Amino acid sequence: MSVDAPTRRAVPSAAAAGAGNATKARPRRAAGRRLGPGRPVPYGWAVGPTLLFALWVAGAAAGLIDPRALPAPWTVAATASDLIAEGRLQEHLFTSAQRAVLGLLFGVAAGLLLALVSGLSRGGEAVVDGPVQIKRAIPSLALIPLLILWFGIGETMKVVTIALGVFVPVYIHTHNGLRAIDNRYAELAETVRLTRAAFIRQVVLPGALPGFLLGMRFAVTAAWLALAVVEQVNATSGIGYMMELARTYGQTDVILVGLVVYGLLGLVSDGLVRLVERRALSWRRTLAG
Amino acid sequence: MASHPGRLNPAAVQIDGLVRSFAGRRVLDGLELTVRDGEFVALLGRSGSGKSTLLRALARLDHDVDGEGGLTAPEDVSVVFQDARLLPWKRLLDNVVLGLRAPDAEERGRAALAEVGLAGRERAWPVELSGGEQQRVSLARSLVREPRLLLADEPFGALDALTRIRMHALLRTLCARHRPAVLLVTHDVDEAIALADRVVVLDRGRIAADLPVDLPAPRRAGAPGHAELRDRLLGHLGVDLTEPGAETDGGADGGPGHGPNHEAAPTASGDGPGRRSGTGDTPAHDRSAEEIPA
Repeated sequence: MSVDAPTRRAVPSAAAAGAGNATKARPRRAAGRRLGPGRPVPYGWAVGPTLLFALWVAGAAAGLIDPRALPAPWTVAATASDLIAEGRLQEHLFTSAQRAVLGLLFGVAAGLLLALVSGLSRGGEAVVDGPVQIKRAIPSLALIPLLILWFGIGETMKVVTIALGVFVPVYIHTHNGLRAIDNRYAELAETVRLTRAAFIRQVVLPGALPGFLLGMRFAVTAAWLALAVVEQVNATSGIGYMMELARTYGQTDVILVGLVVYGLLGLVSDGLVRLVERRALSWRRTLAG
Repeated sequence: MASHPGRLNPAAVQIDGLVRSFAGRRVLDGLELTVRDGEFVALLGRSGSGKSTLLRALARLDHDVDGEGGLTAPEDVSVVFQDARLLPWKRLLDNVVLGLRAPDAEERGRAALAEVGLAGRERAWPVELSGGEQQRVSLARSLVREPRLLLADEPFGALDALTRIRMHALLRTLCARHRPAVLLVTHDVDEAIALADRVVVLDRGRIAADLPVDLPAPRRAGAPGHAELRDRLLGHLGVDLTEPGAETDGGADGGPGHGPNHEAAPTASGDGPGRRSGTGDTPAHDRSAEEIPA
């Protein structure tokens, strides 16, 4: 009430100042009260990276950045084209991609299989879910010493490490998707007398697909992370090895080329998963697209 | 539909002394009910009277529920839920023929979609439809199976008033053509009178009233006999009409768009002077709400 009183007293004076003023002020106040973030900035996603890149270019050109700490962008570009001309970059990239793809393949297969076993039957859940949760508590990368003793320092150890990092998010999100199927759909399936197999095929699996694809996005990230680590441990080829070697010679430009390649790989693979997501989940798109 | 088309038909549903309990509380308490083939029965009741429990028992969806008593219901039952319950990842046609095992399933699905006015939308996704359209697809999904018994659990409860009027007409037309026995659960007295051959009132797990609807079509709110039947049903639902204002308090058991109908409808006992004018001269919007295509 005490807040109200001065406002009420202020009204006549505002009216005295002129009706035109009052009507003008009103929409401006309404806009000020809006709490949403407002309209998106066109090409907003590119603003931050462009600024950062510009800063790098300007700093390097003005000689403000020590080239041993961070070489100029054109130096990095020249090094990259040299590495490509010598064929070394492609070679390392091929090795790295092979490891990542193999690890991803085995990891996704294992995660999906275990999620189905544990998501579709209570018995399966009792057996599978506990060990997976325990595995989840242990960082995959902490298993590397053990895996080296088991599998040696060859390709098997690397692929297994990547697969172990990949299967957890696939399992977690797919299992969650399977368990989160709305019970109303189960009722519907009963009233139209779907068989159990048809229920799983037509209701459960499509319903869990969004969860699986979300898990895939995390899995791809996990695969690159594990790759970067295993390639710096006892590797003789691959992007990570190339960077590790560059460190011993103080070639910052080569390290940067490696980082750019990792970044591009991450972006491209995430884009691929999103593309699949858009295709497979087109039923979720509303009229607005 | 003035007479009872199903009066002499064999019983599609036969219920004897049905009991269903939840946590020791008897939700259905020795219920007796018969629904004959082709008969349209509306089941009225307040919240918690056991309407949905009865429906779920008939649909065989009440697993792990304590109960006893005799229940005979046909194998081919279809259910229309309050939400359309379409699978969002299936196109309309696939939703309609879900679980339908017939060589001509797709053809029948197309025909069913055409019947509910959605021909040409076979490949649309459920999210692209309005609430009323989704409920029409759900009707098509139920009727494409040619069920002997159609169960509907407040199927129009979530729709706006205008859409509901159109759905009433559509449901009458479809039921007249396919002739299933229908058990429609509703809390809307006007909806029950507009649609059913017989109105059954459920109270505390038992049948409190079982009244035939002997009204000529179209069943308008002002037609002779309409107000009397309405008042009797409201009385069985515990709505005391002698006190002004009591009607909207007790009768509006949820149900959007319920209030205005109650206000405008003439009451036998006659209450406030302002309402007098309503007797014998129903407002136009109310009349159209009650109109049923013959």
